[in-house]
Amino acid sequence: MARTILWRLLYALPIAFGVSLVCFMLVYIAPGDPLQTVLPPDANAEMIEIVKRAYGFDKPLPVQFAQWLWRAAHGDFGLSVATRRPVSLEVGGALANTMVLAVFAVPLSFAVGAGLGTLAGCAPPGRLGRTLDRLVTGTAVMGVSVPNYWLGLVLVIVFAVELSWLPASGMGMGGSDGFSVLRWADLHYLVLPVVTLALVPVGIIARSTRAAVLEVRGQDFVTTLRAKGLTELAVVRHVLKNAAPGMLAVMGLQFGYLMGGSILVEPVFAWPGSGTLLGRAIVNRDVPVLQGAILSLALIFVATNLAVDLLQAAMDPRVRRA
Amino acid sequence: MTGAAPLAELDDLRVQFGAGPDAVQAVRGVSLHVMPGEVLCLLGESGSGKSVSMRALLRLLPPQARVTGGVQVEGQEVGRLSGRALRALRGGTAAMVFQEPMTALDPVYTVGQQIAESVQQHRGGTRAAARARALEVLDLVRVPDAARRLDAYPHELSGGLRQRVVIAMALACRPRLLLADEPTTALDATVQIQILVLLRGLQRELGMGMVLVTHDLGVAAEVSDRVAVMYAGQIVEQGPVRDVLRRPVHPYTRGLLASVVRADGVEAPGIPGSPPDLRRPPPGCAFAARCPAAVGACSAAVPAEQKVGPGRTARCVRVGESVAA
Repeated sequence: MARTILWRLLYALPIAFGVSLVCFMLVYIAPGDPLQTVLPPDANAEMIEIVKRAYGFDKPLPVQFAQWLWRAAHGDFGLSVATRRPVSLEVGGALANTMVLAVFAVPLSFAVGAGLGTLAGCAPPGRLGRTLDRLVTGTAVMGVSVPNYWLGLVLVIVFAVELSWLPASGMGMGGSDGFSVLRWADLHYLVLPVVTLALVPVGIIARSTRAAVLEVRGQDFVTTLRAKGLTELAVVRHVLKNAAPGMLAVMGLQFGYLMGGSILVEPVFAWPGSGTLLGRAIVNRDVPVLQGAILSLALIFVATNLAVDLLQAAMDPRVRRA
Repeated sequence: MTGAAPLAELDDLRVQFGAGPDAVQAVRGVSLHVMPGEVLCLLGESGSGKSVSMRALLRLLPPQARVTGGVQVEGQEVGRLSGRALRALRGGTAAMVFQEPMTALDPVYTVGQQIAESVQQHRGGTRAAARARALEVLDLVRVPDAARRLDAYPHELSGGLRQRVVIAMALACRPRLLLADEPTTALDATVQIQILVLLRGLQRELGMGMVLVTHDLGVAAEVSDRVAVMYAGQIVEQGPVRDVLRRPVHPYTRGLLASVVRADGVEAPGIPGSPPDLRRPPPGCAFAARCPAAVGACSAAVPAEQKVGPGRTARCVRVGESVAA
């Protein structure tokens, strides 16, 4: 097991390196000269040279990358072009806000998605089972196909505007800094964005769980289990344990997405998370923020995948020794 | 035949998969019985309905199968059992050994867990007791170093060992009827014999009735008391193993015997042609089209099962002639 962990960690390193290289290259890949945003339009050659040197653009690319990476490793991505605040603060705050949503959306979508998928996959034969399966599959397809920002707007119209049960947007009276998940009033602000964010993962997880469960149920050993006289519940437990590694991979991906925040959903609820931050940075051509945010999100993905790999190895004896 | 009640009995069992004109009639009126302590061999090529007939004994057929006819184990009508009684039958009264030891075990549970689970399901008791019983049966099926193997996962064992585990699992709750579905087909030749000898030995030791499904005449000759030869969803010949294999009555049985590769290297002729399409079985004898002895009457109606000796029956219109021959 220790060797597996070590290997997976070693795999993650080149991926993380590649991701940071792409983030760094963002400045050059993005259309337009990054200097133009800093320099006045009528800057002369001497001035351009000075600014270039100040930003380190005069050095060869590998050196620039090494310096950038060194600073990034210490959490220093420079200042936001738009707000002049350190990128680390901007990104850190936004990530924290997104995580508040994710902390609720992840268990909600995993539980509902896996539950629905298992129900559909284990539906008994006959009319009742078929109806149940269709109902769940239909719900799942809808979850995947309905644009979630649109659903967010509809939820706002219904529950905030028409019924006035829940607040439409924001993080409450205290704003982002005064928000606490321990305060009942603040929790109200979570309901609509969390439900909206959970929609897509619920659909995806339900569908893949159903497929995984059906696949496992078709295997020979399930007949053996029945032939042993096990109850249907015990059989389902076996099936789920077999389906778990596959489900985990899908869940890991969804976990990454939820942690990354939604560039479309967060603005609908004026939620100051990483999705909103990214959207604003794109509009403002705020390259340092983009670099910082994308690198952080990408690293979250890498870490999630690593965790999924390790969990899978812990669950599946065949992976463990491979 | 003694006056004792049969351990298990099929009475005119019919199994159909699907519906409408494309429904496959996998089993078309099979009647057989197994006495306590007796080994019955279901012999036939793949697709002849042997496995399906046997799975019907534990109601293990998929839900789309339409089953009619009587299925009785220890006098109980299996089709009418409640959920609880059915679970007590499966693995308790009657247990099954499957063909593919590679896929018959759950890959993410240890061997010990899988045996113990069965024990706890049927006998209750503590986890430790169930584990102790698991160790006992692994010893019984002569798994070397059983204590260590208890915590092994199926993929860590060889095919032969896995099949021993499957057998151990079946025996864990001391069934009175053991159903073995081609238990040696997936194994290496040398391992096949070991497993066969083991099964036969355990069957005698524990006094179980056993139904063994196989397409291997050698296996049938080796272990069984009686054989039932199946063809196209019907039993074409049934009787004590010596009689049937030495003096086969049905042309299909004779063809089967003739197609066994002989030790002297003479090439086996085999039976020309192939079995009928069970979506549209012929109105007469299913073997008529391939039969060297077929006459006009063969295709007219399905031949009735006729008594051709003590405990022997055959489905052939020319049965009288063949016995005479």
